[in-house]
This record gives sequence, structure tokens and C-alpha cells, in this order.
Amino acid sequence: MVTGKKSKLGSNVAIGILAFMSLAWIFPILWTLYQSLRPYGDVLRKGYVSWPEHLNLHNYWAALVQSQMWKYFINSAEVAIPAVFLTLFLASMVAFVVSRYSFKFNVALLMIFTAGNLLPPQLIFIPIFRLYLHIWVPSWVNENNVLYDTQLGLILIHVAIQVGFATFVLSNYLRTVPKEISESAMVDGASVWQHYWKVILPLLRPALASLGVLMTTWIYNDFFWAVVLLKTGDKRPITAALSNLQGEFFTDYNLLAAGAVLAFIPTLIVFFVLRKQFVAGLTIGSTKG
Amino acid sequence: MSNSTKVAEATGRKARRGRKNAFTSKDRAVIAGLVGGPTLLHIVFVWLPAIATILLSFCQWDGIGGINNITWVGFKNFTQIWTLYADFKVALRNNVLWLLVFGLIATPLGVILAYYIDKNLKGTKFYQTAFYMPLILSLAVTGIVWDYIFRVNGLVNSLLGKDTTHAIAFFGDPHKNIWVVLGIASWRHIGYMMLLYLAGMKSVDPSLREASAIDGAGEWYTFRKVIFPSLRPVNVIVVVVTIIEALRAFDLVYIINRGKNGLQVLAVAVYENILGESARIGWGAALATILFLLCLGPIMVYLYQNFKRID
Repeated sequence: MVTGKKSKLGSNVAIGILAFMSLAWIFPILWTLYQSLRPYGDVLRKGYVSWPEHLNLHNYWAALVQSQMWKYFINSAEVAIPAVFLTLFLASMVAFVVSRYSFKFNVALLMIFTAGNLLPPQLIFIPIFRLYLHIWVPSWVNENNVLYDTQLGLILIHVAIQVGFATFVLSNYLRTVPKEISESAMVDGASVWQHYWKVILPLLRPALASLGVLMTTWIYNDFFWAVVLLKTGDKRPITAALSNLQGEFFTDYNLLAAGAVLAFIPTLIVFFVLRKQFVAGLTIGSTKG
Repeated sequence: MSNSTKVAEATGRKARRGRKNAFTSKDRAVIAGLVGGPTLLHIVFVWLPAIATILLSFCQWDGIGGINNITWVGFKNFTQIWTLYADFKVALRNNVLWLLVFGLIATPLGVILAYYIDKNLKGTKFYQTAFYMPLILSLAVTGIVWDYIFRVNGLVNSLLGKDTTHAIAFFGDPHKNIWVVLGIASWRHIGYMMLLYLAGMKSVDPSLREASAIDGAGEWYTFRKVIFPSLRPVNVIVVVVTIIEALRAFDLVYIINRGKNGLQVLAVAVYENILGESARIGWGAALATILFLLCLGPIMVYLYQNFKRID
């Protein structure tokens, strides 16, 4: 039983190293949390590295109410929710057609969608930026009557890019679903639309959940497009607005810490509630060759 | 293999039959709409702009006049970037460094972590969660979080006993800051790699491992000869993801110092030439085209990996 002892020791060492690394990994986040609970006055007197004198939620109140951070959360919801639903809806339609009917263009189409999603955003942003300055929108969308500096424009670009990845994933998923289910729908004389709406969409539910979680996180966390396409600070989602707060309140870093923690909370909740879907979403395409 | 051909045959059979019996003109219109709408959106907002950028990279345009002010200049933008634009070489070097650190340090560390987490040791859920945390954090928040560690009056300088005048400028020193940023980026990338490899290892046939263990093979031997070969699809995805992430780097450096003073990267250089003080659209487009050419290899590999079986 020499090997047994040896592997026992080995696994204890491994546990020790893993535990230490895990704590080191989350330490910066916990440190930010700690600073967010301290009044700036304390830090000013004693420095960032000091024992707490007061710990309270004042910074959170100040960030949400005084700096009106709640507005940016609403902006985030206004962008992410329609963008995710629209992406999943459009992608599921394409995935349905290419996986249930065989047309010559199917593979080429899927390749266009898949590759489009991998293009660097910088390659498409120059003409998009110019185009947005010229696309007319009604005044109730934007008083300047252009698509630039509107949340609608931001939603559109997110949908256009993410639909590539979503189509790829959903059509892969549908390929693993037995065709017999569809065959019986055809025998029953269902129209194409009924086939999609009544048969395929319910089948896709697990894949839509994983993708939805992943895309919500991506779009919520997006920084580049929000900064490039939204000029007005008040229209920006929380992730991009944080850099404004950084400028505005650069004297009060504890307030900024509270802002950062607040911005992190929604994704944290999504992660803990739908962890399985999140991990499944990120590993799509890597376990099946 | 045989399975997928069977599936393809079934689809073909069904479609042929379908076309004869079930496709009314209304159905045909619905199919056209289902595919056409999303495709149009994707092409108009992604592919046409991409092609326009590549064309613009051979043109000169100050961006003020209309599109009739665009003049064709051939490869001038590319030669000018190489000879006149000092930031370009720094940016290119930084992107290459990014790739090397991701590929040679972060990815192997992710493999090692995945290997030990896959053993389901005590507390494995906690370790996984800890390493996933940076992945759900936006890069904007990541920048703020690490700022508290490395700022002049932050944790590291305080622990070293340096006051603000003698503090180490982790973000300000152009010789140091890229390494600090690469460390932060790796903090995130290691977790991503761990996640991908862990999923791959979970799908390795357990009986293969048992057989190897019964044969008396050592751990390292089992990993090399049994586990690693079956991770091939993961490896391809990892290579693609690593290259594309390294080339896309933007948010983190932009948050820290707008990608200046030692933190230049290609993605920021594109941004600077379009929205910065000097609008040199030709240069910006040329830089974006270079970025695209660097991404082209991994994109092809990804397409090949995923579509070779469908054809």
C-alpha cells in the first residue's frame, strides 16, 4: 500500500495548492469589496491597507442614488434584453432551415455566419460608425435623427454580430436532434412556420438557455461598441459608464469600488443561478469536433 | 462519420420528398423570410463593412468630405504605417507578447489546473468557481479591481512600504506596465483555458484511464498517451481562441490608460486613427486590415475543424 500513501500525500499537496491559488484568484475581487464598504475619509487618514474603522453601505447608496448609477443599469437592460431575444429568435430561424431542409447554400451560409462572428470588431467599426452617422431615425428614437448615439444602433450591431455565433451553435445542436420528430410533423401536414414554431423552438430550449446566459453576459460586459457608438454618457450601459464614473469621481475611489461591485452583481447572480448553462455555453464547439 | 452521412442522407431524402409534396408557395416565402432576414442583417452590418474597410485601407480619406473625397492610393497607407507611425511597432510587439504569454504561460497553466480539478479533490466546486470568476467580470471592472492592487497607493506599494512619491509606477512605467497588464489578462485567460480543458477531460472515456492505471502506467504517461490525444478538438479551439483573444485586446488597456505610453495594441491603434484627434481613416483601415490578416489563419482553422464533417 505504498502507492496508496504516496497518492494520498500527493492529493493533499494538490488540495493545498489549489486552495491557495483559488483564494489568490478571488482576492482582488474581495479586496475591492472591502474597499467599497469603507468611507473615503478612513482611507484618506490611514491608507488603503489598514484595519477598518467603519464598514457600511454608504458608498453603495451614494453610487446608486447620488451618482444615479441606477440609470445605467436600466440602459444595460434596455440594450441587453432586446438584443439577446432578437439574436436567439433570428438565429433559431436560420438554424431551423439549414438543419431541416437541404439546400445547396446551407454550408456556405453557416460558414459566413460562423466566420462573421470571429472577425475583429475593429474591422467592421469604421464603416459602421460612418454609416450610423447617415442612417435616418425618427425623432422619438434620437432627436438628432441619426442612428449614431442611439441604443437602437448598439442593439443592431450586437444582434448582427452575435447572430453568427448563435446560428452556428443552434444548428450544431439541431443536428444532434433526431429528424424523426420533424418527419412526423411533416406527415401531419404542418406548414413550415408551424414546424418551426411548434416543433423546433421547444426542442431548442436547452440550447437557447445556454446561449442566452452567455450572450447576456457578453452584451452586458461589452465595452468597445458602447464606447464607440454612444457619445452621450447618459445613454451608456453600466459597463461603459463605469469609465465615466472613474473620471468624475476620481477623488473618491471607494465610491468607484462600490460602482464596480454593483456592476458585477448581475453577472454574478446569473452565474450562480445558471452556472451549468454558462459553462455549457462556453464549451460549445470544443467538445464536439 | 457514418452517423453524419446517414443524417445527411436522411435530410436529403426528406427534402426531396418535401419539395415534391409539402412546399406550397407560402412555405417557400416563409423559408425565404426565415433565412433571408437574419442573413441580410448579418451581411449588411458585418460583412459589407468588413469589405469596405479592406477597400478603404488602399485609400486616403480625411473623413470630413463625402465619399467622393476618397482617393485610391494603393499600398501607401501600409508603407506609411511601417515607416512613419511609431506606435505601430510597439503595438505589434505588444500583441505578439500577448499571444506568447497566453500561449506559453496561461494556456499550460490552464491545462494543469484542469487536470487537478478533474480529479474531483475535496473542494473542487470552490476551486472551479474561483477560477471562473474573472470570466464573468467585464474587462472594465477587471481594470478597476486590479487598480486597487497596483496603484501608487495601492496594496502592493503599501506592503512594500513605499509612499506615493517613491512608489513603483506599475501602470505608469512604460517598461513595466505591459507585463502587469499581461498578468491581469492571464488571470482571466487561465480560467477560460481551464474551463475548456476541464470539459474536454470530462468527456475522456473513463475506461481508457482505468485500463491505463491497471497496466501500471504512471500519471504523466497516462496524461501524455491517453488523455492528451483525446483532447485534440479542444486544442484546436484553444489555439483559435487564444490567437483571436490576443489580437482583440482592447478594453483592458483602454481602461487603464487609453492604450498609450507602453500599452499600445493594434485594436487601440485602429480606434485612435478613427476617433482620436487626427482622423486618418486610411491608416485606421489599414491597421484593421492587418488585424484581419492576422486573424485569418485561426478563422480558417476554426471553419475547417467545424465544417470538414458536414461536406
